Amino acid sequence: MSEDNKIIGFEAPIHFNYSYTAGAATTLFLQKMLEGKIVGQRCPICKGVYVPPRGSCPRDGVATEEEVEVAHTGTVESFTINYIPIPGGAVDPPFVSANIVLDGADLSFMHLISGIPHDQVTIGMRVKALWRPKNEWKPSLENIIYFEPTGEPDRDIDNLWDKFKNA
Amino acid sequence: MHKVGIIGYEQTPMMRDAGAQNEVELIMSVIHKVFAELNITQSDIDFTCSGSCDYLQGVSFAFVDGLNAVSAVPPIKESHVEMDAAWALYESWLKIQSGQAEVALIYGFGKSSPGQVREILSLQLDPYYMAPLWPDSVSLAALQARLLLEEDIISETEMAHVVKESRSYALNNPNAQLSGNISIKDLLNEPYFVSPLRKHDCPPITDGASVMVIASEKKAKELHKRPVFITGFDHRIETGQIGMRDLTKSPSIQISAKALNLDKKLIQVAELHAPFSHQYLLLKKELNLSDDVLINQSGGPLAGNIIMTAGLDRVGSIFQQLQSSSLNCGLAHATSGPCLQQNMLVLLEATS
Repeated sequence: MSEDNKIIGFEAPIHFNYSYTAGAATTLFLQKMLEGKIVGQRCPICKGVYVPPRGSCPRDGVATEEEVEVAHTGTVESFTINYIPIPGGAVDPPFVSANIVLDGADLSFMHLISGIPHDQVTIGMRVKALWRPKNEWKPSLENIIYFEPTGEPDRDIDNLWDKFKNA
Repeated sequence: MHKVGIIGYEQTPMMRDAGAQNEVELIMSVIHKVFAELNITQSDIDFTCSGSCDYLQGVSFAFVDGLNAVSAVPPIKESHVEMDAAWALYESWLKIQSGQAEVALIYGFGKSSPGQVREILSLQLDPYYMAPLWPDSVSLAALQARLLLEEDIISETEMAHVVKESRSYALNNPNAQLSGNISIKDLLNEPYFVSPLRKHDCPPITDGASVMVIASEKKAKELHKRPVFITGFDHRIETGQIGMRDLTKSPSIQISAKALNLDKKLIQVAELHAPFSHQYLLLKKELNLSDDVLINQSGGPLAGNIIMTAGLDRVGSIFQQLQSSSLNCGLAHATSGPCLQQNMLVLLEATS
């Protein structure tokens, strides 16, 4: 067989439809996003607050049922400046994605940082959520466009979520 | 071979649609139950192993999410098989055999309701010649049933008997999805679904989760007053090319049965992972089970078929049957792949 006749690939597309079930915890979180609230859940054993909630505490293996509303402000635990475009991504590079620990939460979640030159983002920086106009709200974390600096002094990140780090 | 004991088993109700309950919530409910029964926690578990299929959920790495149901902080020793949890049981059994663990937690979960399960199962076929043609799981089973009928190895009336018995046994299984008293005549009057299979010859679409705890002989006796011991375990796989197999036979079952010396064992109860009624008849024949053996008293997969735990559930059912009676010896069977491609036999004995 000549090199030209070599078959090096073929397409076998897969397409499935699913009716996705978010589960009780994610449903709660997304419904509260429609009200402009950020809501997590507390573990009955370690008392840690998960935002967004997943319905269980992976540390203690129990259901988290108590609803806890947390602040729209938080602290940057770590961040990266991304120069690589994401296929189909909503944001053009470069952009800053960060692990943010919201005030009242015990673990970080990921969101964007903007409203400040990228080289001025720091670990420990205090940030607050910038929400889309209310008429654009969906049951989605995208209701928050990005987090921007509050102007408060930076915070020591070592004590942000000691409930878990010292576990 | 070291003896390994089964000391706990729990299953959620088998449901057509678990609705808003997600996989983690299903798994957590059964793990908590079995831990409470044994008065243990995750810290007593040396090895955790699960069986599931990400395609059922339509979420990549869904099995990792499943771990949220167990306490994995501090980190645990864990593994996963993209197969029925009966294979997670096999891995855990090997782990205990090799002395790397004393107590193991096995769980399996599957919600078949959100997706197109018959087509999803096509993805386990050879990706070049078969999967692109999308032969669904029921159609493949129907090809096998047709062969068995045409060669007079089984009859449609016998298939109906299997269904009748399953539904009737399932009346005693509170977790069963389908149960009831139904006549052979009524069953045979039903129209064909994928001929020669009628709808009742096929397993129902089921959501649910199951969990099992096993332990070394010493630990099993410490944690449970009457463990059921695994005294034989054999797994064989046939070729993935369906055209190369004689679908009216099960050479893998024949080899496994011989390896476990089944003809010398006094098997009293058996649970066969036969998702289709004709497969029950084929398995019973190949295993040479006499009419005295009580088969699929749980109702079997025709009464509820949690894909990814239906094999483990056969082992769990035998555990329960030996626990709740004076019976001593049972056989559990698990399968994977199209038309009984892979087969696993587990021999279980109540007294050591």
